[in-house]
Amino acid sequence: MFYTKTILNKYPKEQRYLLAVLQDIQKKYNYLPRGALIMVQEYFDVPLSKLYSMATFYKALSLKPKGKYIIRVCDGTACHIRGSALIIDEIHRLLNILPGDTTEDGNFSLETVNCLGSCALAPVMVINDKYYGNVTPALVRRILKEYGGVNCEHIQEKG
Amino acid sequence: MNIFKRKVKKTVLVCCGTGCLANNSFEIYKGLKKKIEDLAVNVKVRPVVKATGCNGLCEKGPIVTILPDDVFYCGVKVTDVDEIVENTVLNNKVIERLLYFDSAKGKKVRSHKQSEFYRKQLKIALRNIGQIDPGNIDDYIERGGYSALRKVLFKMSPKGVISEVERSGLRGRGGAGFPAGLKWRQCAEMDNFPKYVVCNGDEGDPGAFMDRSIMEGDPHSILEGILIGAYAVGSEKGFIYIRDEYSLAIKNMTKAIEKAAERGFLGQNIMGKGFSFDIEIVRGGGAFVCGESTALMASIEGRVGEPRIKYIHSTEKGLWGQPTVLNNVETWANIPVIINKGAGWFSRIGSKGSRGTKVFSLVGKVRNTGLIEVPMGITLREIIFDIGGGIIGSGKFKAVQTGGPSGGCIPESLLGLGVDFDSLNEVGAMMGSGGMIVMDENTCMVEVARYYLKFLSEESCGKCIPCREGIKRMLEILEDMCTGKGREEDIELLLEISETVKEASLCGLGKTAPNPVITTIKYFRDEYLAHIKDRRCPAGICRELTVYYIDRDVCRGCGLCRKGCPTEAISGEIGSRFTIDTSKCIKCGSCKEICRLNAVKVLGGAAE
Repeated sequence: MFYTKTILNKYPKEQRYLLAVLQDIQKKYNYLPRGALIMVQEYFDVPLSKLYSMATFYKALSLKPKGKYIIRVCDGTACHIRGSALIIDEIHRLLNILPGDTTEDGNFSLETVNCLGSCALAPVMVINDKYYGNVTPALVRRILKEYGGVNCEHIQEKG
Repeated sequence: MNIFKRKVKKTVLVCCGTGCLANNSFEIYKGLKKKIEDLAVNVKVRPVVKATGCNGLCEKGPIVTILPDDVFYCGVKVTDVDEIVENTVLNNKVIERLLYFDSAKGKKVRSHKQSEFYRKQLKIALRNIGQIDPGNIDDYIERGGYSALRKVLFKMSPKGVISEVERSGLRGRGGAGFPAGLKWRQCAEMDNFPKYVVCNGDEGDPGAFMDRSIMEGDPHSILEGILIGAYAVGSEKGFIYIRDEYSLAIKNMTKAIEKAAERGFLGQNIMGKGFSFDIEIVRGGGAFVCGESTALMASIEGRVGEPRIKYIHSTEKGLWGQPTVLNNVETWANIPVIINKGAGWFSRIGSKGSRGTKVFSLVGKVRNTGLIEVPMGITLREIIFDIGGGIIGSGKFKAVQTGGPSGGCIPESLLGLGVDFDSLNEVGAMMGSGGMIVMDENTCMVEVARYYLKFLSEESCGKCIPCREGIKRMLEILEDMCTGKGREEDIELLLEISETVKEASLCGLGKTAPNPVITTIKYFRDEYLAHIKDRRCPAGICRELTVYYIDRDVCRGCGLCRKGCPTEAISGEIGSRFTIDTSKCIKCGSCKEICRLNAVKVLGGAAE
């Protein structure tokens, strides 16, 4: 929990920095470990229940550990009508995870986001910080292969 | 006037917005820079951040513009770098293949300014985007930046500023269209301190990215607007609430704040006129409801972002119970221009009740997707067919959805509607933040309503029952319809719940949530009936009501579709006809996408 301490030291003990602190912890660990939350509770002197209510309210925060690669599929309106549901289905089929889940080996997490503001490239998918535009189910296979996510030989390469 | 015209030097602008970055534009920027440096010629290369472009061409890949000749290249690849430098930069030769094809004119044009797409637009809020390097404050100053702040501090009283904004007729661009000047006046009249100024850059609307593009591409214009507002209402502290997913926007705004402080535009005793102001960035937590002003302020205070009833205005009791002015990114970006050019100039643009321009993100099934800025009052037809270039592919226009999840779907018969705050409200839609999503015949309107309701049910904060429960019940009904379990009385029931949710919800999210349902029922009742009575989805979108099949007259048996099928549902011999086994088909559409002959068809019927 060394990092949590470093993060806490950057912020004054004012309630308005709570969200920022939680976001920083989330960025570091990809989720909010209970131990970290207890440190935040002590530092800001707020009830733990308040931290949990924030953790469950804001989409950016998560109480469940996330995988090494976080796949975020945009399901904004533009992406939706250009077929983001097909992308999610394809990922589900290849990695056997639904939005909100993490693969058993801890490599991939799947999330949907409500708009990444890249509607011109719809449908859009982001893995960690890398954007992929105009994604098709076939492209999903290729991209996941790059990350070592797909080793199904029966899936043939196309195009 | 284009300031670059005065220079002999050439400038190469490379779009480095998120959209173009996804297509390797940074590699192109580095390549161009290196090539030009190697040649040691007197050319300046600058990266320009221009998120998913004001040109609407980002889907065609990285964009490179060469000034002062204004040569505009799209779909540039790393391998084109040498040719661009040698031909265009050094020898003024235009590379035909990289030029933009204007579908309205049916030919290639040298500069995008010659295209129909550009000519109907008027840029105020987007004035600098794509022209300046957002990381370089001098670029902004060169184009008249911070001169409005100077004018305000040296020549105008706070009251004078407010009456200028009032006379301009500027209405808040966040969606509701509340007069900005009136809001400022209410706050200025309060006499308890401190007062706060807030910029809403949360932009939770799916399908909208105008705020993002301004924050990424021209952060100083927002800062300058906020400074002017702060001076007018007497505030010394401001906050910019930015969506956490917008990492480039956060980065560029942070840098802009640092640079402005270095130059003395922010901080103590600005320009020696005794006005002090500080600003802080707050990252949003990813909750749609935080776009609502009271919820946003709760979030800044470090609480859960639940809204409160607005019987007391935020201008009276806002952040920490103090008087607060909250405006959206686009509103702030308009302010410096209003001060510089005057309220009279601004109020002559636009329609009677809605002055000025509005930025829309035109997306969906339209050819020129991207950001556009148009004078208010322009018709939907002009936006979609002249600027947008019409429907992509062979599809036919069906509807346009404006205002995000709280907006409504407008049918073809209303395309002549002049777009402004009031006219959109009249037809049941709304301006919202300005998302404009074009839908063609391959869009199922029942499914669209279901999509928005699903979004809203997830985003409802749950504080008040009509919103929390009402939206959920409506969603259940729509889900039933999309899976072929709709009942005839459902349409009336939907309308009845809509009425209650609209009336009884606490904040804007609930009050407008039924809009997508009401407008789709109003204008597309046939589709609802087809789902309920015939168990059929006319657009072929709702899976349970759709069947894929191969047209035996068209299929030549190439076998591509079988390769693409993930569940081995397709069988047949190479050279003869292929068929789809409907029991195995998961309706992913891979076969339809891959077939070169269009032999794979969708049958919008046969539920059993």
